[in-house]
Amino acid sequence: MPDATGLELIAQDLRAADSDAVLGTSYFRDEATIEVAPAFLRTAAEALRARGYSFMASCHGVDYYPDEPRLGVHYQLLDMANVDRICLMTRVPIEQPNVPSLCALWPGANHPEREVFDLFGVIFDEHPDLRRILMPEDYEGHPQRRDFPTGGEPVLFTYNEDKVPGWTR
Amino acid sequence: MTVSDYRKQEESVTLSSEPAESDPARPLDQELMTINMGPHHPSTHGVLRLILTLEGETVRDVKPIIGYVHTGIEKTAEDKAYWKVIPVVERMDYLSYYFNAYAFCGAVEKLLEVEIPPRAQYLRVIHMELNRIMSHLVWLGTSCIDLGAISVWWYCFREREAVLDLFEMSSGQRMHTRYFQVGGVIEDIPRGWVERVRRFTKVMRTRADQYGALLDKNEIVLQRLRHTGVVDEQTLLGLGVTGPLLRAAGNPWDLRKAAPYSSYDHFDFKIPVGTIGDNYDRYRVRHAEIYESCDIVDQALDGLPEGPFITEDRKVALPPRHELATSMEALIHHFKLVTEGFRVPPGEVYHPIESPRGELGCYVRSDGSSKPARVHMRDPSFVNLQATAPATRNSYVADLVATLAMLDPVLGGVDR
Repeated sequence: MPDATGLELIAQDLRAADSDAVLGTSYFRDEATIEVAPAFLRTAAEALRARGYSFMASCHGVDYYPDEPRLGVHYQLLDMANVDRICLMTRVPIEQPNVPSLCALWPGANHPEREVFDLFGVIFDEHPDLRRILMPEDYEGHPQRRDFPTGGEPVLFTYNEDKVPGWTR
Repeated sequence: MTVSDYRKQEESVTLSSEPAESDPARPLDQELMTINMGPHHPSTHGVLRLILTLEGETVRDVKPIIGYVHTGIEKTAEDKAYWKVIPVVERMDYLSYYFNAYAFCGAVEKLLEVEIPPRAQYLRVIHMELNRIMSHLVWLGTSCIDLGAISVWWYCFREREAVLDLFEMSSGQRMHTRYFQVGGVIEDIPRGWVERVRRFTKVMRTRADQYGALLDKNEIVLQRLRHTGVVDEQTLLGLGVTGPLLRAAGNPWDLRKAAPYSSYDHFDFKIPVGTIGDNYDRYRVRHAEIYESCDIVDQALDGLPEGPFITEDRKVALPPRHELATSMEALIHHFKLVTEGFRVPPGEVYHPIESPRGELGCYVRSDGSSKPARVHMRDPSFVNLQATAPATRNSYVADLVATLAMLDPVLGGVDR
């Protein structure tokens, strides 16, 4: 992990490129996180990649309900040479959940971003193949959001198929 | 939504793309054919559906379709107290349950800042390495069935049963043992367990020698595995592939060495690497890892420290049973932990470990309550599956089966 000072230096460099890019930094339990505005996600990722964080280890979606902006996307970047990790994150409101896709930088972002789209409804602009991955194609809603209710779905049998809403032969 | 809307939506899904390397100047020898493989195909190791674009026998494009065993474990976890999440996350990747449990417990321990007693760390290492051996045995056995050799499967499952017997002895369960707890392990190992593990590692080494004698220079295995499914290191890194697949391509990245956790730095072991990253390298890397895991287990048993097996912090771990009869405070702690569970300071952490398939990371976000606000597993099978297309494009369908076996995806982990 970069230490707290190293994190600030990285953030400073990103700010030097564009003063609005970095929204905040946090250093928590020895983990460094940089929050950027969605519009600057790709340039920030490119800058971090050029610094050596050249491996995208993971991409998580989060719902910060009830805080605004609600949806968050985290990219865990890894520098294999120095064994160093940094988290690049951005937050978008539910009304306009658009985030630039990082598939152009890391082809491996394809499946994880599709997962975040599927479960949270974050729309990754310029993603080559943005469609549901875990849920069925005809599923409605984004189940991992905090206000999505848990509970069962009716199981279809021949005796009740006419009674299940939204289902017609 | 009416039927026609649904039909329209279904038809909008591009099930196959134009082959990436198709040359407009060179007309195709044969008409392209799109066929389904799976989801109920025995060689897809679970319910994986592959949409293949074939030109004769040659695979021009592969699209994995997943989600058939998506059970919403991450959503379920948000509804449970932290300690009750452990059994559900164990069921994600059903061949590496100790790793899933440790990734989650490690993340929660990071949030709580609990110190893990050395004995618990060693016990975790022993169980995780036994689990790694078990996972590799299942991989080897099922892969050899795909290659047409059923006898290896019987041998591998014989040894796998021995590992499961050890798990049953230490925790009472053969699979999904719930042995790891936040703060340590649930109970100390029983008397006689250490000797049985030692006997097992001794036998396992000779058995691994026998597998090697059976397979390493077997003409059929060589024909099927050598120079098939080759993916170079840079492509793998771009796709986020880790674990034995990356090591087979010559990159010695292993979190146990690179960023040691749970006392892995106390042990002396090697990282097997391959050279060109074909299926044969993948086989040899995993086969060699079985020996290294045996070495780690033996060293951990030799140096197993005395002391508590779970943290003494009563706010996190249950008090010993005998204290409940005499101590009011212990009773209150027990009651609070069992009913509400412990509260975790708000924050977000990511805890990566090396599972048998690569980097298994658990991201946990806490909002300060006794239930996690978000649990996300970065499952290596899910990410590694993206290497299917580059590994199999322009190869024969038969090689695709071999490559898929050597990629070792576990669909329970892919779909979660």
